[in-house]
Amino acid sequence: MVQYEVTFVVDPVLSGDEMKSTAQVYVDMLKNEGANIVHVDEMGLRQLAYPIRKKLSGVYYCIEFQMENGVFIDKFELALRRDERIMRFLTVRLDKFGVQFNQDKRDGKIGIAKKKREEEAAAKAAAAAEK
Amino acid sequence: MASRDDIKFLSNPKIGNNKKKYCRFKKYGIRYIDYKDSEFLLQFINPQGKILPRRITGNSLKFQRKISVAVKRARHLALLPFVADQLK
Repeated sequence: MVQYEVTFVVDPVLSGDEMKSTAQVYVDMLKNEGANIVHVDEMGLRQLAYPIRKKLSGVYYCIEFQMENGVFIDKFELALRRDERIMRFLTVRLDKFGVQFNQDKRDGKIGIAKKKREEEAAAKAAAAAEK
Repeated sequence: MASRDDIKFLSNPKIGNNKKKYCRFKKYGIRYIDYKDSEFLLQFINPQGKILPRRITGNSLKFQRKISVAVKRARHLALLPFVADQLK
């Protein structure tokens, strides 16, 4: 099994439901091909670093999936390319460190989640010290 | 006659505090660089959006390559700009 990760930017003009259905279409497409969906991450509306199709923001989605081989990726990317709602996409094959990193990120061992937890712990410790 | 206050500018203030640069990825055991984390990648680009050289960041060659790939991926996804004026 090889683990892949596809990130794409959806047009922000769509309504919330349309946005979700767009992402769902691709999740279903992968499922039909026998892919094992590991995680679907909605990164939400973000400011773009430069305008794409005269738009300054986009909604980011990231799908992680496992597949036996990469034969379907070509077709999948073609579908993304043809879709007018998708502004940008990037498919990446994850190495073992990438898989581990994403797992840790979901578990909240690294990044923002960890920082938050540490801050909370520090705040609690400070509160306890005051008492 | 130079006063005492003037003399301190005659010697290079940087002498004696040349800290050795190190590769933070090796030191802290970071094995993977996430291209979606634009905040983190900002540390490796200059205000114009160019990738900083190894001699400034101190990264090892292995991780400098990974950084450059990650920055380029982030640029493609519009998480980082290709060109910028005042990024930081």
